Amino acid sequence: MMTKSHIHKGAKSTYWGSISEGITSLLAGLLLTFKHLFQALRYKREPVGVENKDYFSFDKGIVTLQYPHEAIPVPDNGRYRLHNEIDDCIVCDLCAKICPVNCIEIDAIKSTEEIGKTSDGSTKRIYAGTFDIDMAKCCYCGLCTTVCPTECLTMTKTYDYSEFDVRNMVYHFTNLTPDQAEEKKKLYEEKQKEKSKPKSQETTKPSGTEDAKAEEKANIPKPAFKPVIKPPASTPESREDTNLKPEEMSGTIKSGETKPEEKKAAKPVFKPVIKAPTLNPKPEEESNVKPENKPATSESGEIKPEEKKALRPVFKPVIKPSVPKVSQSEEASNEQDRKQDATDEKKGSTDEPKSGEVKKPAKPIFKPVIKPKPKQEGEQGDQ
Amino acid sequence: MILIPVFLSIILVYTVFAVYAERKISGFIQDRYGPMEVGPYGILQTIADLIKLLIKEDIVPKSADRKLFIAAPAIVFSAIFAGYAVLPFAPGLEASRASVGVFYLLAIISLDVIGLLMAGWGSNNKFSLYGAIRAVAQMISYEVPLSLSVLAVVMTCQSLDLQEISYQQSLWIKDFSKISDNNYLFGIQSSDINITEVGGFLTWNIFRNPILMVSFVVFFIASLAECNRAPFDIPEAESELVAGFHTEYTGFRFAILFLGEYAIMLLVSFLASILFLGSWNSPFPNIGFLRLADWTNGYPGTISGIAWGAFWLISKAFSLIGLQMVIRWTYPRLRVDQLMFLCWKVLTPLALVVILISGFWRLMMN
Ligand code: SF4
Ligand code: SF4
Repeated sequence: MMTKSHIHKGAKSTYWGSISEGITSLLAGLLLTFKHLFQALRYKREPVGVENKDYFSFDKGIVTLQYPHEAIPVPDNGRYRLHNEIDDCIVCDLCAKICPVNCIEIDAIKSTEEIGKTSDGSTKRIYAGTFDIDMAKCCYCGLCTTVCPTECLTMTKTYDYSEFDVRNMVYHFTNLTPDQAEEKKKLYEEKQKEKSKPKSQETTKPSGTEDAKAEEKANIPKPAFKPVIKPPASTPESREDTNLKPEEMSGTIKSGETKPEEKKAAKPVFKPVIKAPTLNPKPEEESNVKPENKPATSESGEIKPEEKKALRPVFKPVIKPSVPKVSQSEEASNEQDRKQDATDEKKGSTDEPKSGEVKKPAKPIFKPVIKPKPKQEGEQGDQ
Repeated sequence: MILIPVFLSIILVYTVFAVYAERKISGFIQDRYGPMEVGPYGILQTIADLIKLLIKEDIVPKSADRKLFIAAPAIVFSAIFAGYAVLPFAPGLEASRASVGVFYLLAIISLDVIGLLMAGWGSNNKFSLYGAIRAVAQMISYEVPLSLSVLAVVMTCQSLDLQEISYQQSLWIKDFSKISDNNYLFGIQSSDINITEVGGFLTWNIFRNPILMVSFVVFFIASLAECNRAPFDIPEAESELVAGFHTEYTGFRFAILFLGEYAIMLLVSFLASILFLGSWNSPFPNIGFLRLADWTNGYPGTISGIAWGAFWLISKAFSLIGLQMVIRWTYPRLRVDQLMFLCWKVLTPLALVVILISGFWRLMMN
């Protein structure tokens, strides 16, 4: 035999033994495949989950699941795509903080009054100007869902949501449009101004009630005006700047983290000025709140370049030139009153953007005063 | 001449759905679905694939022997398609009633080898060349048992005319056969059990001469090798040779080669049906008042005769193709030495013994 090895392989190492073994094994093979063929025509695996008691009893027939048309049900504790029921979200930022991969971006916009109630009765005081979850980064650890106080952030059973463009993996949960968010911000700025003014006026009353009243009338419109006017006025400039320096923008996005530092650095300049009055409690409360928000805003700053563009230019280059112009012209008239107010206003000014009013008092005070402004605007804008 | 477009369209339609059936059968054997998305149950999948194939770029490799490369698919397909010329499609319906039909068929199929060698050699690619060499070695080898098993049938029927062989297995052996007048049970005239009027599967060649059952098995195995079907697909062994002799072919040329492969599957299945399985005759015998054979056959030359004939022949051929497919998805590929062992040491001696026995059997027939 040419192939002895072949013959010895068979159980019967003879010519006829090999042939008969070959025939029987071929028939056995055919029987097996025919069995599968006919079983496949009759039986089919049902798309049931592992919790079903029949799960392990499907041992014949077609095992394929035609996925888009049928799918094995997801277990109740499965961790897949996140969903935020934004109406129940109190924008506490806990989820963003605990997320190990920083894929939740929250831009909180404070509101002075209660916005509403969540379905579990918690009071909502903060708008979510941005609530983005980058599901491409998410590692599905589920920490954010466990930490959420109102349980509005949940894992859904949706697991098939791939995208051609990774940017589409960022899910926006906010219920505010960018315009609305901007509006809320301004609203809050105004409110803060209104709040702080009465304080300053109380202190200034002695100096001149008539003027104060006049100021009130004049100022009430003004604050409303100024914030409205300034951003637009500044934004064009800022846009020019941003157009000029796209690199900076991208750079600033990264450096957004460093900004809190800048702000912090600015504060020391502030506090010495602020110390004088004993009114601190309120400002401090407010200022205490802000630090919390700051990290969030800085984080969120990474995501929303548009907002930042508007804000940042206001920050660095725009502020100095614009401040002198506006403040000098307007405040020439108000200077007398302001001098007295200056110290008080500075406290308030930590929260408020009233650049002109605060700054005018004395030129020596100018520079230190100016810096706060940028912060304030920036902070408020970020909020 | 009418039969040229008929056979061509049959081959085309059959190829489309044979590919689909093959994918379905392989799917079911492996407990899957196979194609499901294009059309209901994926039935249009092959058509979509075909459209894709036809709009693909036609590439001729730079270093290929251009003439051989281009001519090869045409030769392969035309050699196989020429084989259809002598097939009796139904009683009284065949393209050519050549009196040497079987001989012609075996000869023209052998031309296929030349086409394959041209394709493999012309591609100037080692995989193609290996595939072609294997194909030639295999096909020439297996033509021996194939021809010997056919020879047993020819001895039994005393004719090389395929239509004559068909008539001998039919109810109308008296009227149309030039050689025999009656069919006896298992062909034994001395038993005196005349089954001419019974018909059905009892008058098939494998029952007229029971030793032809062995011959049929030999023929079937050899025809698998002739078609390069698994488990004899070493000429295009995907795991070793990419795709064998048609590695370099693309688009329309590849489609033609593919068509040729499926056409030869169909051709050998037709041939097996005609030679062994009663040709275009119904498998149902007349039992007493149940005239099953009469009901499921038509008189030669009539419309019903042609319709029933074509139906039965195609059904038988498709059943054999189904068996070929199941076998493909059941058995692993043979090694080259196993291939030759099977051919020269098992099938050829077996076919020779069958010839000997069927010669004796023929003596017992009328
Ligand atoms: S599941 Fe984990 S990774 Fe994903 S957002 Fe929540 S905390 Fe971040
Ligand atoms: S932890 Fe819950 S409530 Fe808080 S910000 Fe995240 S989603 Fe909203």
